Amino acid sequence: MLAMENLEVVYEDVILVLKGISLSVPEGSIVALLGANGAGKTTVLRAITGLLDVHRGKITKGTITLDGKPIHHMDAPATVAAGIGQVMEGRRTFTEFTVDENLRIGAHTADRGTVEANLDRIYTLFPRLAERRKQVAGYLSGGEQQMCVIGRALMAEPRYLLLDEPSLGLAPLIVQQIRDLIVAINEQGTSVLLVEQNANMALAIASHGYVLETGKVVMDKPAAVLREDDDVREFYLGLREEGAASFRDVKHYKRRKRWLS
Amino acid sequence: MEILIATIVRGVGIGSTYALIAVGFVIIYRATDVVNFAQPALVILGAYFNALFVFNYGLPFPLAVVGSMAAMALIGALTERVALRPMVGQPPFSAAMVTVGLFFALYVLAARLIGSNVITMGDPWGLSRVEFLGTTVGQVDIAKTIISLTAIAVVGVFLQRSKLGLAMRATALDQEVALAQGVNVGRMFGVSWAMSGALAALAGVMIGTAGGGMVALDAFVALKALPVIILGGLDSIKGSVVAGIFIGVAEALTRTYQPGNADFLGANFDVVVPYLIMVIALMVRPYGLYGTKEVQRV
Ligand SMILES: Nc1ncnc2c1ncn2[C@@H]1O[C@H](COP(=O)(O)OP(=O)(O)OP(=O)(O)O)[C@@H](O)[C@H]1O
Ligand SMILES: [Mg+2]
Repeated sequence: MLAMENLEVVYEDVILVLKGISLSVPEGSIVALLGANGAGKTTVLRAITGLLDVHRGKITKGTITLDGKPIHHMDAPATVAAGIGQVMEGRRTFTEFTVDENLRIGAHTADRGTVEANLDRIYTLFPRLAERRKQVAGYLSGGEQQMCVIGRALMAEPRYLLLDEPSLGLAPLIVQQIRDLIVAINEQGTSVLLVEQNANMALAIASHGYVLETGKVVMDKPAAVLREDDDVREFYLGLREEGAASFRDVKHYKRRKRWLS
Repeated sequence: MEILIATIVRGVGIGSTYALIAVGFVIIYRATDVVNFAQPALVILGAYFNALFVFNYGLPFPLAVVGSMAAMALIGALTERVALRPMVGQPPFSAAMVTVGLFFALYVLAARLIGSNVITMGDPWGLSRVEFLGTTVGQVDIAKTIISLTAIAVVGVFLQRSKLGLAMRATALDQEVALAQGVNVGRMFGVSWAMSGALAALAGVMIGTAGGGMVALDAFVALKALPVIILGGLDSIKGSVVAGIFIGVAEALTRTYQPGNADFLGANFDVVVPYLIMVIALMVRPYGLYGTKEVQRV
């Protein structure tokens, strides 16, 4: 079980973004994490995967545990080695690498012996990638790039896979494919924490869901209950049409590769 | 004709050495976005170690070369850990300034060690000459070319084919994503500096094989790698090779033909040629022949 207890995260030493969040992903499950722009969903994932310091963020309170062992002090490579894989927001393919290289870098922490078998597994899971394995990833379509980064994360054989808005900017048909793939990956034994604004898609496959609002968990219920909840229906299931669409346009902070420049 | 051939061979020889130093710049630039101005100091320090290993410890030349490369790899990695790692997150300009400071510190160290001596490398080539295209050329020029280009090719294949090379390239493209794949980004910085240090040592040995040996001030020969990376592109190994050889040959041709043909340019005009080419490159093609366009300069 991957669990987070009462977590507080601060950016730049002053901006309190997560205000005591508790959530858990039981082994074998798919858990959805919903919330509008700026709610703190990505920050939750960064906290789990040791990427906060790249963004000048810090955990100031609380714990994150994997099977009871604390992991919130680990750096990113250590969390990968501990069995947590992630697909970052905005895909982030290595656009200059070939598809093959993109997948291979995902196996950086894995045993050399596992690489070829995993490549085979992923190319079977994503036949479209197999056809393009020698192509530069930057030329792939959005959906193919999403598959490429999901495949990349699977190369390390993670026990827990964290997905940050995998449906973002994809056509409905592709979103369906991605959804089915997440189910397939889960059935092969990987537990999933699925961050989405597309609540429809997420709640359709999740067993449990959390709704985040300005850094707090405001709902923590079985997915079936959330699907029927009036507020969720209104805000996230598109029954009030302007909602989801207009939220998209107000990404209010631009991702900066602070650590690099 | 024979003079022309001999001149070009000499130019290609020294140009390959420039390329070797330039590749050291490129590796560090790609990994960390920092232009490492300390590289020329690493070059003469490497040559010093080689001379030390040959003449004080009696090592055969090939072993001494490997030894000095290993020593400079270690010094490179240490320098990164101590002086540059704390600069992570600061603007590349500040980090580049740190390397300027390092240049002077390491240069003073090397100058102290070498003293006012001329050091030689104990290489097997000396002044012997070989037949080449109907004329005789310095064996050392052929050796420089082959050794430098081979070393660069090895680096290229390593980066392209090996697991560590893939991780280094990933780090160069997007550090956060590399981290998320479990790549220890800090270690990649260290490895980049170690590789550059080793290449610097090899280049130092190549410069030191010159007929008259070398002195500490030859750090400024190594500084000619700067025009090379500007012309070739800060982030391109291929650019380093093409530009290195181009500049080496241009310099050699000037040295041979300018006196007597264009005396009004003054004595030792060849020394200026690389920088002249650099200025023209900056005006015409600021990102270099093979550089990435949006590469930002410091
Ligand atoms: N590096 C940072 N420095 C300062 N504030 C940040 C930083 N990263 C995120 N924030 C702020 O933290 C809050 C939560 O951001 P986060 O990216 O976690 O939200 P999100 O739920 O993933 O949103 P989105 O749906 O837009 O991806 C936002 O108010 C954001 O402005
Ligand atoms: Mg987000």
